[in-house]
Amino acid sequence: MKTFTLGGIHPKGNKLSAQAPIEIFPIPEKVYIMVTQHLGAPSTVIVNKGDRVKVGTLVAKADAFICANVHSSVSGIVEKIDEINDASGYRKSTIIIKVENDEWEENIDRSTNLNRECKLNSKEIVQRIKDSGIVGLGGATFPTHVKYMVPEGKKADFLIINGVECEPYLTSDHAIMLEKAEEIMIGIEILMKALGSKKAMIGIEKNKPDAIKKMQEIASKYNKIEIYPLKVKYPQGAEKQLIKALTGREVPSGKLPIEVGCVVNNIGTALAVYEAVQKNKPLIERVVTVSGKSVKKPSNLRVRIGTPCQLLIDHAGGIPEDTGKIISGGPMMGKALRSPEMPVTKGTSGILLMTEKESKREASSMCIRCAKCVNACPMGLEPYLLQMYVESLRFEDAENHKIMDCIECGSCQYTCPANRELLDYIRVGKSKVGAMMRSRTRK
Amino acid sequence: MITLILYSLLALSLIGLISAVILYFVSQKFKVIEDPKIDEITELLPAANCGGCGYAGCRNFAEAIVRQGNLDNIHCPVGGNSLVKLIAPILGIEAQESEPQVAVIRCNGSKENAPSKAIYDSVQTCSFAHALFAGENGCPNGCLGCGDCVVSCKFDAMYMDETTGLPVIITDNCVACGACVKACPRNIIELRNKGKKDRRIYVDCINKEKGAVALKNCTVTCIGCGKCVKVCPFDAITLINNLAYIDDEKCKLCRKCAPVCPTGAIIEIGFPPRKENVETASNEEKA
Amino acid sequence: MKLLTISGSPHIHGGHSVKKLMRGVIVAMMPALLVSFYYFGLSAFIVTMVSVFACMFFEWFIQKFIMKVPTSITDGSAMVTGILLAFNVPSNLPIWIILIGALVSIGIGKMTYGGLGKNPFNPALVGRVFLLISFPVQMTTWPKSGLPFSTLSFDGLTGPTPLGILKGGLSQGETVNQVMSNVDMPRYADLLYGQMGGSLGEVSAIALIIGGLFLIFRKVITWHIPVAFIGTSFIFASILHMVNPELYVDPFFHLITGGLMLGAFFMATDLVTSPMSKTGQLVFGVGCGLLTILIRVWGAYPEGVSFAILLMNATTPLINNAFKPKQFGKAIKLKA
Repeated sequence: MKTFTLGGIHPKGNKLSAQAPIEIFPIPEKVYIMVTQHLGAPSTVIVNKGDRVKVGTLVAKADAFICANVHSSVSGIVEKIDEINDASGYRKSTIIIKVENDEWEENIDRSTNLNRECKLNSKEIVQRIKDSGIVGLGGATFPTHVKYMVPEGKKADFLIINGVECEPYLTSDHAIMLEKAEEIMIGIEILMKALGSKKAMIGIEKNKPDAIKKMQEIASKYNKIEIYPLKVKYPQGAEKQLIKALTGREVPSGKLPIEVGCVVNNIGTALAVYEAVQKNKPLIERVVTVSGKSVKKPSNLRVRIGTPCQLLIDHAGGIPEDTGKIISGGPMMGKALRSPEMPVTKGTSGILLMTEKESKREASSMCIRCAKCVNACPMGLEPYLLQMYVESLRFEDAENHKIMDCIECGSCQYTCPANRELLDYIRVGKSKVGAMMRSRTRK
Repeated sequence: MITLILYSLLALSLIGLISAVILYFVSQKFKVIEDPKIDEITELLPAANCGGCGYAGCRNFAEAIVRQGNLDNIHCPVGGNSLVKLIAPILGIEAQESEPQVAVIRCNGSKENAPSKAIYDSVQTCSFAHALFAGENGCPNGCLGCGDCVVSCKFDAMYMDETTGLPVIITDNCVACGACVKACPRNIIELRNKGKKDRRIYVDCINKEKGAVALKNCTVTCIGCGKCVKVCPFDAITLINNLAYIDDEKCKLCRKCAPVCPTGAIIEIGFPPRKENVETASNEEKA
Repeated sequence: MKLLTISGSPHIHGGHSVKKLMRGVIVAMMPALLVSFYYFGLSAFIVTMVSVFACMFFEWFIQKFIMKVPTSITDGSAMVTGILLAFNVPSNLPIWIILIGALVSIGIGKMTYGGLGKNPFNPALVGRVFLLISFPVQMTTWPKSGLPFSTLSFDGLTGPTPLGILKGGLSQGETVNQVMSNVDMPRYADLLYGQMGGSLGEVSAIALIIGGLFLIFRKVITWHIPVAFIGTSFIFASILHMVNPELYVDPFFHLITGGLMLGAFFMATDLVTSPMSKTGQLVFGVGCGLLTILIRVWGAYPEGVSFAILLMNATTPLINNAFKPKQFGKAIKLKA
């Protein structure tokens, strides 16, 4: 069974909501649609206060190259365009829409019947993806259409679909694979057409046997799509690690996957592409896992984007008394929230509640040079050394030791017996080194 | 026995002589001709190598001065005017006075004024906290309280006040080298003129949020109401992006602005306590 | 609701801790410790206890009163140093010498550099080598083993180690075969079980191998250093043996005598003083193996494990610089 070679850790799966079916979450009274829900330049708001919008109406337009459209996820009246706290507490421009009824844009096909035939050509597909505002739904929220603009001289041999979901607790991709396998396959077919690649590989970790079985069943009906069960190891869902696990190719330092002829997309993204291309439905909802050891009813919810997280948590049984931390995303790479009021964005793969006991970090002590971080690093870096360089402000040395290759998976900090804050320091270093490199190219 | 001592004495002297000759020629050959002024000026400098002048160390500063030949646009914040008076004669120019400066911290979001709404549990570094989130009290511009500035200070002029959670500048020790200004990821610290008799007035806030929003996080924030702008007789106060700023070059320390500030965001330092009647106080100041 | 905690990811931790690592090492040393109690009796117990408590006391004292930092004796590293030091001395060593050894181990070997994690040399070995140089007579007078549950007095029966017998015999011009047939020389099976003279913890190769496997199984150490160390010693010794079996003893003898097993599993693998990358660890192990056999065969001392490890400890920073872990994305393989 395949897996990546360097490093990796085995955190406990804790997939509490694995058996929960996807529930359609009711439309809230008000939604908060953030203007910037993707990686890259912010979009421009094109609606005004008091405007009437429908489900699927474009509300913020992408102007830059790495940018994504944003659509209204509900129908109603734009109450105001204001700044609200994002996950980190910084205020970001947001469109607040008061919900009235559930009117959809006319050109969206709301039927559930499958539509396998795709008449569009490659260029049109990419344009449709771009228009629909699709971004990577695994959590990184990189605009999908950018990946499909393959640069001159490069060829995408493989389309790699990420069904790994290596983060503990999260089960949204798992749930999608069980319920929407057919749609995902059509989505993959469309993506392959857009890329002109000869084969699609779907990597699924073997801790999801039901998903593997279901997907294999469906995939047998499609040419050129193959399912690869993978050994369970974190961070297998990371782009570079997944490519290594499936194809044996290594993306060179500082380069994109297209360098080795691969394009990686998430299962959720494939589904969104199917809906966008075949049903003309922009990215207005996503599946969110609400989980945590103290959560009464861990669930997978199909949520309109812009719904406050608080409502989702209430649906799953409310916030328990001893909650110490609320995380948007998984426990390894997710972001701690300042308050549960923040809305669901395109990148919210899960909402995780941790008890006070789980959320406190142990006091860190001196590095005992046990090399556990070195052995755990999937990029073959030396986290202990990078941490020391950053702590003593030796950013040039940190750069020479490839600090920018770090994928911030957190494996080093997870294994550190001295509880050192390795990744925190490495993040500081990455931002400093990044600024250094930018100022150098400017000169 | 005697011969042994003699021989060794001779041998050692010979070795010494040869080495001396070699050393002499080598030192002649590789002699670096350097302006003696550089050494002279380096002697006078504080030797703290703080980098406050913009050069890597005191010697680099001296080299720069000698290369330039004058003291224009080049200043040692530590040595200040007294140093300029000493260096000027070496360069053969006239000394020019510059206003002494001091660092001020433009945030008063203490634990009392801006209570915490979250617990920060990561590395105690402002640069990381700044990248991670808005801050425990929620103010996206305010002090994070991790003390990067205190660490950067080489003159023992800063410490962290445990009760307020804010850094404090010891004015007497501060040489305005600007290290803390660079260290702060939020540009809270500013170098301002020290002022006559160590008296200073400044806006103790840099929050550019709208008043109502800012007040949710902090009771002493500048809300951008503009009252101080109206009351200032010297046009020293500007209001940009909901934030008032007092230009220390124009400010005459008349103390009219502080009492009108509804949140108390304008701070006066070094003044005698204010009398009941504001009018008389400012009259006295003019006298 | 209470205030929420904000921190950088990751938000979960694997649950490893220094304490657990040290506990693992202590558990792994238990078989060898019990064997030593079996062969050397009460005196071994006394030596171990004195060494452990002295190390813990000195660590606490230095941290509390000299360094004025929070004490860390609860993490168990001082206890490990104490047991390792005891393992490296004869069981009939006077108590005052053990105390000096503990002070040197903790004081000079560890605390002068700033405590656990910063010491370049294995503290227990620093203590042992200090004692070996300062008190050569006491440190090389081993009680005669083979009397299970004996309570030897300090002036009881003493005997040399197998390596000592070998070195002494060879230096008098005897051939290996002649030395091996010496009455004092234990049989191979005895060597394996530990029926020989020697330092407290080094006698039983089997107990040490069990402990070492436990460490590897618990992932406290990796296999690289022990395998490289033992493998190199074996290969080097076999080459010598093949060249001249009259002069050089066979490799198995080298492996199961002296402190080679103890060194390979417990001292060379010391986390703090060994290299970080796997290739570095292999190089480190090879160096240890080569130096050990070199010292044993041509050096003045019959035993060379401690010196070899200390010398290689000194090269650890260099090895760390020279042998980096394999980085992702360096080798581009394009199949298809």
